[in-house]
Amino acid sequence: MLSFEFLLNALIAGILLGGFYAAMSAGLSLSFGLLDVVNIAHPAFIIFGSYLTYYVNEHFGFDPILAGLVFAVPSYFLGVAVYKIYYNSFEKTGAESLRGLVFFFGLFFLIEVILIITYGVDYRLVRAFYIGKSTSIGSVGIAYRLFVPFLVGGILAAVLYLFLTKTFFGRAIMGVAQDSLAVQLMGVDPIRIKTVAFGIGIATAVIAGSLLIIIGPVEPTIGREYIGRVFAVTVLGGLGSMTGTLVGGLILGVAESFTSSFFGPSWALAVSFGILLICLAVRPSGLFGR
Amino acid sequence: MSKERKLFLIVAAVLIVGAFLITTQMENRFYYKAAYVVLQYVVLATAWNILGGYTGYVNFGTAGFFAMGAYTAVALIKTWKPPLYLLLVMGGLVSGLLGLGIGYLTLRLKGVFFSIATLALAVVLQMLISNWSYVGGGAGTAILKPRSVPLFSNYDEFLFFVMASIAVISVAVAWLIEKSWVGRGMAAIRDNEEAAECMGVPILKLKLFATTVSGALMGIAGAPFSYFVVYIEPTSAFHLDYAVNSLAMPMIGGTTTWLGPLVGAVLVGTAQQIATVTLSSEMNLLIVGSLLVGFVVFAPDGLVGLFGKIRARLAGREA
Repeated sequence: MLSFEFLLNALIAGILLGGFYAAMSAGLSLSFGLLDVVNIAHPAFIIFGSYLTYYVNEHFGFDPILAGLVFAVPSYFLGVAVYKIYYNSFEKTGAESLRGLVFFFGLFFLIEVILIITYGVDYRLVRAFYIGKSTSIGSVGIAYRLFVPFLVGGILAAVLYLFLTKTFFGRAIMGVAQDSLAVQLMGVDPIRIKTVAFGIGIATAVIAGSLLIIIGPVEPTIGREYIGRVFAVTVLGGLGSMTGTLVGGLILGVAESFTSSFFGPSWALAVSFGILLICLAVRPSGLFGR
Repeated sequence: MSKERKLFLIVAAVLIVGAFLITTQMENRFYYKAAYVVLQYVVLATAWNILGGYTGYVNFGTAGFFAMGAYTAVALIKTWKPPLYLLLVMGGLVSGLLGLGIGYLTLRLKGVFFSIATLALAVVLQMLISNWSYVGGGAGTAILKPRSVPLFSNYDEFLFFVMASIAVISVAVAWLIEKSWVGRGMAAIRDNEEAAECMGVPILKLKLFATTVSGALMGIAGAPFSYFVVYIEPTSAFHLDYAVNSLAMPMIGGTTTWLGPLVGAVLVGTAQQIATVTLSSEMNLLIVGSLLVGFVVFAPDGLVGLFGKIRARLAGREA
């Protein structure tokens, strides 16, 4: 029957998962939440990161997290390139609302198809010394494959938070979000700021991808399931708030964990979209909204 | 105006009769199957464009509306096997109601939020269907085609004729909308919703009309699906390809006229059929994805817009 231990285990698993969800959504919170770039392809970049990690882990035995951090650097430039295309084709002409959205949707689909063509539709996984082990505190089991992403995800969110509030560049990003014209009058080029911010967003997506493949095996089309999750977390937390993203991630993680414990894993996916729909209908500005 | 309308309706009738005459002449079943898929995309692209192209609300959930039409039909077939036209009506009704519901969402949700909500709807519906064992659940179910149908030599030819008629009717619906005040009102909403409301355009009514008609057409396109594939399961019925294709085809053809989605669906759909046979189904998706991104970036007005530009330039040179 229902026991206290059962509930506690579900709660802990949910919190661990939630930390990872926050890491996954942090980049989107930056690009979409702060800068209004509707990067629907964000989950596709996460899956892309998972496959980069898988590749170096499989062939050279790289540690997944190290791989994620290393690949974050070239991914930053990839993000910069994508934003340049987006800016020149859509934002500059004011056509971002409809076509920009379609552009990112097409990008999402392209990344997915390219991964399918290169790696097929089989599930891929990585090896590392901490995967498959677990520890227990009292009666609560903690799997390292969940704990490590939780830890790294928490650090990632914290670093982003400090970056946004303490550094010049971070504050410039917040400035662009608040009033892009004022930033321009202060002698800062808002487009350059946005380019950098979008690049950072993609870099974090790739790091999140390396965490995703630690948690479980990955196949190219699971990005779709994460569209709902990342947008649910971003919207629930309040667009652009890192604290909100962390809280939103934890809420979603715990809610999903309880749902799959009580009703079975096949219903877990409904939770994110359910939260998203309710949140959009009731309080579109989210918990920590501007 | 009314002369133009008469001409258009005559052309539509001729096309439907033409589709019937083809079935009396040609035998190769493969062509009917391929043509069915292309025509299905003509319906989906046209339906998507009524909401996306005319009104400016991007729907990512085409697969959800399509599959609800298909699964309404499956549920009915499992209970009492009604004739096909009833399946079409019921599929259109269910997806139309779904569209009406989505229409009310536009009161609160604009831009990307509306799009994500439609995607969310499709995912949630897929999950509900996957857990509903009466229509086969996640594993799917086999549907028996009726053995024969009067006037046609086999059921595939009949389905081709039905889909051809639906395609002609949906293009006609799009044309009628575009040429009336309704279409102009929709265009006003697309360009600036607040300004349109201030000018007295009944924006809520028009948006509800657009989502309902768009949803209903998608549902009608989905209703014969189970007879066409014979074995239906949620993953294929809710496939993301439907969402991508029905959005890519108008984008490639051009979104502001009825001609755009038609041109896009016929060209891309036919190219896909050829690519699936000669290359592989993944390659054909790669082609569609690249075309979509390429057109959105380089030719935002689609083929129709490109064509218009070339014609304008030629005319300028002559003058």
